[in-house]
Amino acid sequence: MANSQRYTREIPHRYRLEAQKFSDGYVSFSTRYISPESNTKKSEKITLKGTGTIVAYTVIHIAADAFAKQTPFPVAIIETDEGARLTTQIVDCKISDVKIGGKVEFVFRKMGEEGESGIINYCYKAVLL
Amino acid sequence: MRDVAIIGVGMTRFGELWNQSLRDIFAEAALKAMENAHVEKLDALYVGAMSPGLYVYQEHIASVMADYIGQRGIPATRVESACASGGLSVKSAYLEVASGMSDIVLAGGVEKMWDADDGSFILATASDQEFEAFHGVTFPGLYAMMANRYMYQYGLTREELAQVPIKNHKHSVGNKNAQYAFEIDFKTIMNSAMVADPLRLMDCSPITDGAAAVILCPLDRAKEFTDKPIKIKGIGASTGPIALHDHKDVTKLEAVKLAADRAYKMAGAKPQDISFCEVHDCFSIAEIIVAEELGFFDYGKAGKAIAEGQATYGGKVVLNSSGGLKAKGHPVGATGVAQVIEAVEQLRGEAGKRQVPNIKLGMTQNMGGSGGSSVVHILEAV
Repeated sequence: MANSQRYTREIPHRYRLEAQKFSDGYVSFSTRYISPESNTKKSEKITLKGTGTIVAYTVIHIAADAFAKQTPFPVAIIETDEGARLTTQIVDCKISDVKIGGKVEFVFRKMGEEGESGIINYCYKAVLL
Repeated sequence: MRDVAIIGVGMTRFGELWNQSLRDIFAEAALKAMENAHVEKLDALYVGAMSPGLYVYQEHIASVMADYIGQRGIPATRVESACASGGLSVKSAYLEVASGMSDIVLAGGVEKMWDADDGSFILATASDQEFEAFHGVTFPGLYAMMANRYMYQYGLTREELAQVPIKNHKHSVGNKNAQYAFEIDFKTIMNSAMVADPLRLMDCSPITDGAAAVILCPLDRAKEFTDKPIKIKGIGASTGPIALHDHKDVTKLEAVKLAADRAYKMAGAKPQDISFCEVHDCFSIAEIIVAEELGFFDYGKAGKAIAEGQATYGGKVVLNSSGGLKAKGHPVGATGVAQVIEAVEQLRGEAGKRQVPNIKLGMTQNMGGSGGSSVVHILEAV
């Protein structure tokens, strides 16, 4: 999957934190055609303000090859203030400061690159508040 | 729908099988099962496998396997549901026999994992590739987050968590097919490498090559092939959220409860009727949460109950007499079928030192991903 065109469809959520709020109140960060709560198809686009709370976390010590140079690194499930759930890395922190219930803010960071001359990936990560 | 029985079983040893290829190990298990059932000709074949394409670059494996077990020409289907592929293979074969479409059907599972270059990447394809794996979360990482939240919510201690692999390794001793049939203690676990905090290497099921196969036929024909047919009394399958973060409570695996409720209902059974179950202990925390979802223990209580001996011989229910995924090994596509084989051997009274006394029903629970799917079987000697 080394073509770069496919990244254009990731721009709304990865670069702009766009999400969906369904008419039943369910907020989905990943694009869905139908709400898993009530099966309503009615939703509006919202932009997450970029703050949330740690629901659960771990510190990855053994990673897939693409992340091997970054270990150990914390990752967490975050519930945003709007109620969307997502998984992301926690960066720029002392690992021992990462706690369930901790408040975070999203930042725009480099994720990696596809080979030596491939595209550079960017994405949201989180920092502790 | 017709009643269906298992009339033969066969599996390879689980472990590092460097001298055998993907097709070799499947053929070994399948031919053993056919010999055990005294059948030479199959009407159909199902093969559960998670990712032979990524592990050894071979797809189209149902045809490969039909060809290499002497059954060229029969209909053959590959079934995939990540680590629950094996369980779903048995369910698919069950439906083919129950419906009346075929009489003699082999349900197998296989995975050849040791040949792979980047096993962490391959396993992570069973998670949400765009919203989890993209961020560097590994499979142990997802279960580590479940453990992290469970310990926070229920006060489970590191020592209690360790009792799951300690028990399963103890059960595995003497299981000739198990990859790591030896006992371990708390020190072994705490001295093993940290994989994803709080899970250490000895909390994680291993990388395994292996295959397993069972032969199904209509119950009313079973006595033609065996004196000890095992009836498939209940089956439940389910799906759940693909991403762990989409579980409202990450200490629960609702797909397991859905599958179990369906299997209990079909079998006319309750958790209290079960004295033996093979459960999907891919990580220490998984067995604890699964034991709660199957109804053996209340939410938040299974960790303590297992630590107190309630999931071993003499306790409430024997979980993983085989040694489980942790000690027996976890060739992902084969695991669900191997669980059924352990239940068949228990119900036939052929489990040797691992035999659970006075067993009436045998139960298995297989799981895909971080709860994205689950398959439960309830079996009975007839």
